[in-house]
Amino acid sequence: MKVKIWGSLSAFTDGRGELEVEAENFKQLLDQLAEQYPGLKPQIERGVSLALDGWIYREAWFTPIGPDSEVVLMPYMQGG
Amino acid sequence: MNMRAKSERAFKVVGTRPPRPDGVDKVTGRALYGADVSAPGMLAGRILRSPHPHAEILSIDTSAAEALPGVKAVITSADFGLPEDESLRDIQDNCMARGKALYDGHAVAAVAAVSPAVAGAALKLIKVEYRPLPHVTDVDAAFAKDAPVVQAGRTLENVPPGVSENVTSFCEFGHGDLAGGFAKADRIVSRSFTTAATHQGYIEPHACLASMGSDGKADLWCCTQGQYNVRSVCAGILGMEASQLKVTASEIGGGFGGKTTVFIEPVALALSRKAGRPVKIVMTRDEVFRATGPTVTTSIDVKIGMTATGRITAAEAKLRYSGGAFPCVTVDMGAQAAFAAYDLEAVRSLGWNVLTNRPKEAPYRAPGAPQAIYAVESVVDELCEALGLDPLEVRLKNAARKGTKSSYGPTFDDIGLVATLEAAKAHPHYAAPLGPGQARGLSCGFWFNFGGNTCVSLNINTDGTVSVTEGNPDIGGSRAAISQMAAEELGIAYEKVRTVVADTSSLGHNDVTDGSRVTFSVGLATIKAARDAIGKMCARVAKIWGIDEDAVFWEGGYAKPAGPNAGDFPPMSLAEIAAISFQTGGPIAGHHEFNADGAGVSFGVHLCDVEVDRETGATKILRYTVFQDAGKAVHPAYVEGQMQGGAAQGIGWALNEEYIYGADGRLQNPGFLDYRVPVASDLPRIETVILEIPNPGHPYGVRGVGETPIVPPLAAVSNAMSRAIGARLNRLPMSPPTVLKALNAAGA
Amino acid sequence: MKTVHVAATINGDPVEFVCEPHESLLDALRNRLGLTGAKEGCGTGDCGACSVTLNGRLVCSCLVLGAEADKAAIGTIEGMAEADRLHPLQQSFIDHAALQCGVCTPGILVAAKALLERNPDPTDTEVRYWLAGNLCRCTGYDKIIQAVQDAARQMRHA
Repeated sequence: MKVKIWGSLSAFTDGRGELEVEAENFKQLLDQLAEQYPGLKPQIERGVSLALDGWIYREAWFTPIGPDSEVVLMPYMQGG
Repeated sequence: MNMRAKSERAFKVVGTRPPRPDGVDKVTGRALYGADVSAPGMLAGRILRSPHPHAEILSIDTSAAEALPGVKAVITSADFGLPEDESLRDIQDNCMARGKALYDGHAVAAVAAVSPAVAGAALKLIKVEYRPLPHVTDVDAAFAKDAPVVQAGRTLENVPPGVSENVTSFCEFGHGDLAGGFAKADRIVSRSFTTAATHQGYIEPHACLASMGSDGKADLWCCTQGQYNVRSVCAGILGMEASQLKVTASEIGGGFGGKTTVFIEPVALALSRKAGRPVKIVMTRDEVFRATGPTVTTSIDVKIGMTATGRITAAEAKLRYSGGAFPCVTVDMGAQAAFAAYDLEAVRSLGWNVLTNRPKEAPYRAPGAPQAIYAVESVVDELCEALGLDPLEVRLKNAARKGTKSSYGPTFDDIGLVATLEAAKAHPHYAAPLGPGQARGLSCGFWFNFGGNTCVSLNINTDGTVSVTEGNPDIGGSRAAISQMAAEELGIAYEKVRTVVADTSSLGHNDVTDGSRVTFSVGLATIKAARDAIGKMCARVAKIWGIDEDAVFWEGGYAKPAGPNAGDFPPMSLAEIAAISFQTGGPIAGHHEFNADGAGVSFGVHLCDVEVDRETGATKILRYTVFQDAGKAVHPAYVEGQMQGGAAQGIGWALNEEYIYGADGRLQNPGFLDYRVPVASDLPRIETVILEIPNPGHPYGVRGVGETPIVPPLAAVSNAMSRAIGARLNRLPMSPPTVLKALNAAGA
Repeated sequence: MKTVHVAATINGDPVEFVCEPHESLLDALRNRLGLTGAKEGCGTGDCGACSVTLNGRLVCSCLVLGAEADKAAIGTIEGMAEADRLHPLQQSFIDHAALQCGVCTPGILVAAKALLERNPDPTDTEVRYWLAGNLCRCTGYDKIIQAVQDAARQMRHA
């Protein structure tokens, strides 16, 4: 499955904006990203949100991801 | 239970306008806010603040203050440990300067004494030796390579090299071929904008009462948007265990994001620990302005290309935000929100945060979005004017809709932007004639909306009433909305339900009241807690009737046999089941704990008519209408209240509100006389039109509504004014001097 | 510092208290008499959250000395309802959702009552200018104006 990352993270993924990972949930996805692209690790540790088929999840490791799901990594959000 | 299923249900309680449960207390003066409680033996706490925008603290001599009769404790940063966690350390350092004062108003010491007067006298006896350092308060100046460095070593790995050490973070979003997109444009407009820092301007200053015993247990009463966050931050700073600190949220006199963090609470706890007595700290308004969390101040470039028929071919924004003296990631949200209203093939937004000698930013309604969207909507409007196109038609032509790949990445599900634009187009306001010298502006607005960690406990009382306990301070009428949803789901009257806000010992963790999450997330948890209780009530009834649990269902407040095969039993009401609950297995309760997701995004459109006095530069708002998708308005009057209140704050931001720093780096207008928020006579009626495009992520279709309304006013007012004076305005606030300057520059 | 002895009438009740010479009436009400309905939003007379009446005149109690209350009749939000019967303005604010956080509400109610005593049939513009000294940050004022006008109508027809 494909994960879209935001532009500034591509500095740590050899310029790629879309990454290929094998994951069934967010936890696996984040672990794989951190393993494949160690440069992403600081951002993942600071916190990320994930959009799954257009829905934003702030933190939720075990959210299942389908093979055709649209997955977008986003910065951790805070509001007012 | 499939929460994604769209509900077609007919509502009985949701959508009505019952009186608020806190109403009588608030109109009689009985409601207790942060500063309204006292404790026996209580001391008054006061805080000494830096007069310098940037200075090394060489020494602090507290001996004379300590010797003053009536002084019971004096503290400085030396009375706190050094948390390992960097973000916690930043919060602590913001509450009490360590080594360096980073902005005018930064706390450097605090006193607890028998009266405010004695505490005030003691502050004057504290001798602080400062070594003033060069300072920078302007966002663009802070980017300069030779700018004074506010804090060294705070640059994240994501910042491309070659910038000032003040730059703490960088972000980039977008997709498509930007150069190709601009090549297809018939007209390209590229403009730069600045927006001043503003303050949430809640009328209640921060206040708290802390009581910590020598056994390490503590109670804290404070006005906050999140008592659990206060608990975890304070426990972390004071080295306490969370269970030993009970935080109770008072009634809150406005927050708007500004009360999502702590400023005085750890100080009050530390004073109480040292003095062995309760300590109350109440900020003055001067302190609120100088030393709480205003918004970012920004400098923004936007470039948009458009065809002659109004299709946007490419769009780019460069956002430079400063969140004050500590790292701040609000620019990330501004960069993501900037173009959210548009369906774009080629879009890019870049964002940088830079440190300045200003107080650390705190969220303010849709943090980061109003500034970015103001700049974008101003350029879109200029393109419409230049190409002779109707600004509303151009928005419709380019509007994001279901299936649009958003500028920040995800593909939109059901969203209400097109419906909102169509409603604006059909409204009499849009066609109303304008007088000479008058003009109309419009803008779209957007906010993400959050879910988050939430607990709700719902108890069925034996008299057939229901007590809901939730953990988010009520900043917009949420207790009423939560009671409505509980009543709706249980099938009982609104008056039978009372919702209270728990202290941190009475319920599990709840994220702060932010991101317009409460009516959505707590409402969802309440519905699930009600369903939990319904399941238990049905099980009791099955036992009473001697049939299978599956053969009992719940409808309209009654347990009923599921069909003729289940048997012929008269339905049992909630009250009947509750009355005999002790005999059927004990008290009945439902609860739900989760990390809520599925908060649907929110769009709004504002229309604004203005008249500008060409001699004084003063602007009069003549007519104002807010259109917004609420998903489902649980309590329409409170939804309207959010739309009107947000619009008023946005109008203030557009016209007058501004942090003004002098060359000396000191805040020049820390009071409501010179920081001018809108008063009743400044505003016209604010009309509201609620759209209801159900959020697929909530069983009733609810979306958060609180933040989006502050986004559009900045550009709606600016676009109207630009059209009224015949010159494009690009700086906020558009106070009379700014307008006069623009008029002169345009030769008008 | 020598304290000042003050004998006043507050909401019709005789009250005595001592206060420091520099102490504001607002502080005396809140800290010495337990009347915390009036709020301090600014302490400089800019927000109106501390509005009370002093011998019938609408004042910011943060700009009045406690000592000035001697022999005076003070009216606060706590005296607005009669026992368990809300004043029409109070009921109207609840009915019209004219309050959100509610911290400005006591001051606005006291100010609105003072307006309707002088002008039982104000225009919207008159209400807006009269209340221009009372900041509300939650509502955008719209529902407040409607609530005042509805209460005025009811009071005229009472």
